[in-house]
Amino acid sequence: MASDRVFGLVVIIAALAYIAGAAQTQTSFMSDPVGSKTFPILVGSVAAVCGAVMFLRPDAGPEWPRPRALLSVAAAVAVMVAYAHGLKPLGFLIPTAVAAAILSYQITPRPAFNALAGAALSAALFVVFRYGLGLGLAPLPKGWM
Amino acid sequence: MDLLSNLALGFSIALSPTTLMLAVAGCFLGTVIGSLPGLGPSNGVAILIPLTFSLGLDATSALVLMTAVYYGAMYGGRISSILLNIPGDEPALMTTLDGYPMAKRGRAGDALVISGVASFVGAFLATIGLMLLAPVLARVAYLFGPAEYFALYLLAFSTLGGLASNNQAKAALASCIGLGIAMVGIDNATGMPRLTFGNLHLVDGVDFLVAIVGLFAVAEVFFFIESHGRNSSIGVKLEKVTVPVRDILASGWTMLRSSLVGFAAGVLPGAGASLGSFLAYMSEKSIAGEKSGFGTGAPKGVAAPEAGNNAAAGGALVPMLTLGVPGSGTTAVLLALLMTLNITPGPTLFADRPEVVWGLIASLLIANFVLLAMNVPMVRVFVRVLSVPPAVLLPGVTMVSFVGIYSLSGSYFDLLLMVGFGALGYVLRKLDVPTVPIILGILLGTHMENALRRAMVLSDGDPTYLFSSPIAAGLWIFAVAGFVAPMFLRRALRKPRAADA
Repeated sequence: MASDRVFGLVVIIAALAYIAGAAQTQTSFMSDPVGSKTFPILVGSVAAVCGAVMFLRPDAGPEWPRPRALLSVAAAVAVMVAYAHGLKPLGFLIPTAVAAAILSYQITPRPAFNALAGAALSAALFVVFRYGLGLGLAPLPKGWM
Repeated sequence: MDLLSNLALGFSIALSPTTLMLAVAGCFLGTVIGSLPGLGPSNGVAILIPLTFSLGLDATSALVLMTAVYYGAMYGGRISSILLNIPGDEPALMTTLDGYPMAKRGRAGDALVISGVASFVGAFLATIGLMLLAPVLARVAYLFGPAEYFALYLLAFSTLGGLASNNQAKAALASCIGLGIAMVGIDNATGMPRLTFGNLHLVDGVDFLVAIVGLFAVAEVFFFIESHGRNSSIGVKLEKVTVPVRDILASGWTMLRSSLVGFAAGVLPGAGASLGSFLAYMSEKSIAGEKSGFGTGAPKGVAAPEAGNNAAAGGALVPMLTLGVPGSGTTAVLLALLMTLNITPGPTLFADRPEVVWGLIASLLIANFVLLAMNVPMVRVFVRVLSVPPAVLLPGVTMVSFVGIYSLSGSYFDLLLMVGFGALGYVLRKLDVPTVPIILGILLGTHMENALRRAMVLSDGDPTYLFSSPIAAGLWIFAVAGFVAPMFLRRALRKPRAADA
């Protein structure tokens, strides 16, 4: 119940922001009867109606995981964000090994195994990507080579 | 004979050593992906698309490789359904109903062989159906103008969304999210940026591959982390594999009927493989009657959904190739592949690029025989794949997704966006908001808007033009019916849940 109400409200707000954003689109000298604002505004309006329906007639709430499980999903998001930032400056091998080991730990916590899995994945994928597919990945941080 | 000469052209391409090798490799890879618990055709194909580019293949080869992976994953999906009671993705769900009980009674080998043969029958007949029906539909598609296309897109959203969720508002919202994302970036008609909210990275728009990999693959990783992979350890041992000839012969008609039902469900825009396997299973269950033991490990209960979903997989290629409207999550992913290869699906594809279409069809025919060989005599090889621990598999999937997306643009912004889509997909699936319509929206958004704008230019802004032709009006009626009907049918057609292990 509560989940759908909250989500419905979020959808309505996001849809209104979207419509406002669409309304500010600059028009150009080339124009057609529909123009570049109509369709996005239409889509935003339908989304807002859907949000309102969810708010007024919510379904039974989903089974949210316990706070600890939710926290570990949040941690996984954080790891991935850090990995996205680290991939370029730090090269492929080290961030991949670390990120894979952490994700592995989050699924089955056995530290020695996870560290090994991370290192092995990192090395194996590097070989496949670099030599099998010919992607230009830097293996190590700049300046180490 | 037109058809035969086209087929000859197709086989001349498909039998070239490189193409043949790609088809075999794709089948193998696809079966492995399909049999991995938690990975199915859609996320499996999604994470491979970016990597396919780095191979530098031409359009036909890339398409052959990926559709072989697609077919392979459809075959492979049954392995984890039967042995672990975990469907790789939704179409494989129905196979767990009888497959897992059979496996628990020590008939895992029989179930795998029966379902393998059923998959072959379904996929093979569907490929023949595709060959016969697609050129006809392509000719009809020439009659489609912008008004008809607009209505057709609407139909795809309403039928796909209508079946994907238990709440129509949520299904419609999912389509809107997708369409909304598609609008971000430069508007092609005017050259003005839209909805970028001042972010320079968004001027080029959101790459659909980023969204697909995020919503399908990364979100799946979050689900695994939430459950700590605990759903994946219950398995059944596979004893020796023999061919249960009697069961296969006894389910011959079941396979044929299910293939037909599945193919028809697959051809409907937006309906797809889940509906195909569901309808095939339910109709066979009602034909067989109460005493047949459906749900407790009946061989026919394994044959029906597998023939149905593989036939639907082939059927779903018909609207995707002829109209550019995918019939399922996976064909949406394949459409994304076509669009990145600069191939515009639609009637002109059949006239302008026959080598692509017929090469693909011939490769599918060959792939089916390869898959039958891999999935019946060699099934043990793929059963081993199941023993890969999730603690290695899921980090691996994540890293492959990251590198794949990174190889497209080399931008960390796309990676962040992908993680964002993953988190979004996790939350939305929790709330029973389907994610496939989002993909469909991102893929079709610009086309849908252009169809609307062109229709309005043609009619000088008269909105009634949208329903003026009989084809368009018919599509509108089906679209409305497809959206409204599930509200009433839902109680009658309640999906049976997978039996608790």
